[in-house]
Amino acid sequence: MARDTLTGSRIRERRIMAGMKQAELARKASISASYLNLIEHNRRRIGGKLLLDIAQILDVEPAILTEGAEATLIAGLREAAAHARDSGAEIERIDEFAGRFPGWADLLAESHRRIGALERMVETLSDRLTHDPHLAEALHEMLSTVTAIKSSAAILAEPGEIPPDWQRRFHRNIHEDSARLAETSRMLVGYLDAAEDASAETAAPQEEVDAILASAGYRFAALESGTADPAALARALGAEASGTAREMLSAVLGRYAEDARRVPMPALQEALAETGPEPFVIAERLGTDAAQIMRRLAALPAEVAPPMGLAICDGAGALTYRKPLPDFALPRFGAGCPLWPLYHALTRPMMPLSAPLAQPGRERGRFVAHAVAVPRGPLVPGAPPLFEAHMLIVPAAPGAAESLPVGVTCRICPRERCAGRREPSIIAR
Amino acid sequence: MTREILLIEDERNIIEAISFILSRDGWTVRTHSNGTDAAEKVRSLRPDVVILDVMLPGRSGYDILRELRGEPAFADLPILMLTARGQARDREMAESAGVSAYMTKPFSNSEMLDAVRALAPVP
Repeated sequence: MARDTLTGSRIRERRIMAGMKQAELARKASISASYLNLIEHNRRRIGGKLLLDIAQILDVEPAILTEGAEATLIAGLREAAAHARDSGAEIERIDEFAGRFPGWADLLAESHRRIGALERMVETLSDRLTHDPHLAEALHEMLSTVTAIKSSAAILAEPGEIPPDWQRRFHRNIHEDSARLAETSRMLVGYLDAAEDASAETAAPQEEVDAILASAGYRFAALESGTADPAALARALGAEASGTAREMLSAVLGRYAEDARRVPMPALQEALAETGPEPFVIAERLGTDAAQIMRRLAALPAEVAPPMGLAICDGAGALTYRKPLPDFALPRFGAGCPLWPLYHALTRPMMPLSAPLAQPGRERGRFVAHAVAVPRGPLVPGAPPLFEAHMLIVPAAPGAAESLPVGVTCRICPRERCAGRREPSIIAR
Repeated sequence: MTREILLIEDERNIIEAISFILSRDGWTVRTHSNGTDAAEKVRSLRPDVVILDVMLPGRSGYDILRELRGEPAFADLPILMLTARGQARDREMAESAGVSAYMTKPFSNSEMLDAVRALAPVP
């Protein structure tokens, strides 16, 4: 049913919300109740002065009655319906539903959004438990310490004589282990808190760097203008971070400054305006390497271009830079999906690769990933080059080619038959 | 004749507690704290039972178990595995590697003693 034919339904909804009888509204609008009934059931069109009068009586803007629910609400409902294809939701009546029950519709759309946010949180936490070596080690340490305390305490509590030297030994062990347990617990709480508020006190250095980059929006105006020293900026931004994280951040910012010097933002924007977000084309045009262009495109301000994601990995596949997009997640820990062009690039160094991608699960957007592996550092005669792969993630244009389904990481990927699977998925099961 | 048990574990206080309990039960307890040469230790001592931790410095308990099970001399050696991970797939991994019994930390002394006695009943 077309949206502009639902004005009557919206009048009825608003009248009921106002606690007004049909006869009362008809009387105030100087029409018969039976005619209003026809209008409210969308059997008579309404417009002009009568519409304005009814809107005034109902104390709403006329546009509310004629235009119905906001497009975002309709879009939210469509997303909810698409996510539960077997639910039997009457998609063809979605507009009628939103128009007649705006409160319920908003609640449904908001609930769907909330579920999405919670799903992403579960993904993050599951990912962390699986791949975070610090967390796994801390939990193992705690359980081992508890085992030692439990065992020693049980020996002391058992009836029967225990030689005095063994008694002293077990008392000492319990004392030591309880202190160790307290310290491990304190560290673990601090570590988990760090994940919540991005405070980096006890987080892994890479995680600290990721948090600092994210909080800066992956963009540093002082480095763009050449007015800041990368090392000094790293010290300032990483004042609360570990020394290792500051050192890593300094390297990232140093490269950022060099990129900004070699590819100034005005030149990049000019090329972008002419070619679109095509890193290989822009690289050729500006006479630099595509990896550098990918880093520059990922640093573009939001008002200039749609946000682009970036993943960088070393030759071992470890992610060393993560700039996720709201609809294209990157794992916080461990390796990503082996189907990503990022990893294909490592097997075909210097070869530009582009592929349309979509992540599974919710109705995520479609993307085009551009990837290339380039040597890291200078080439040394007689030594094999060390490669580093970049993958720029660009939102796909409407009507883009069929997307290759990829995941975030195996642990949370529902694709059951995948040659690249490393471990079972908690979602698939 | 006393029976010998090899405890491969890197937590000193767990070693002391388990050693005490097993010694009191009549076992001769040998200990080893490193994963790297743990299999070699089993070959040299040839104990009646092995208690093997999963997370060891140098090498995982699963790897040690697989290596031992690959040798005919240790195909039937009773091996009790101790781990802090109690998930189903960890148990499956231990079972596929050929473990005789599997215990999740924290366990009670009596559970551990019962498991060891079940693995090597007195003739």
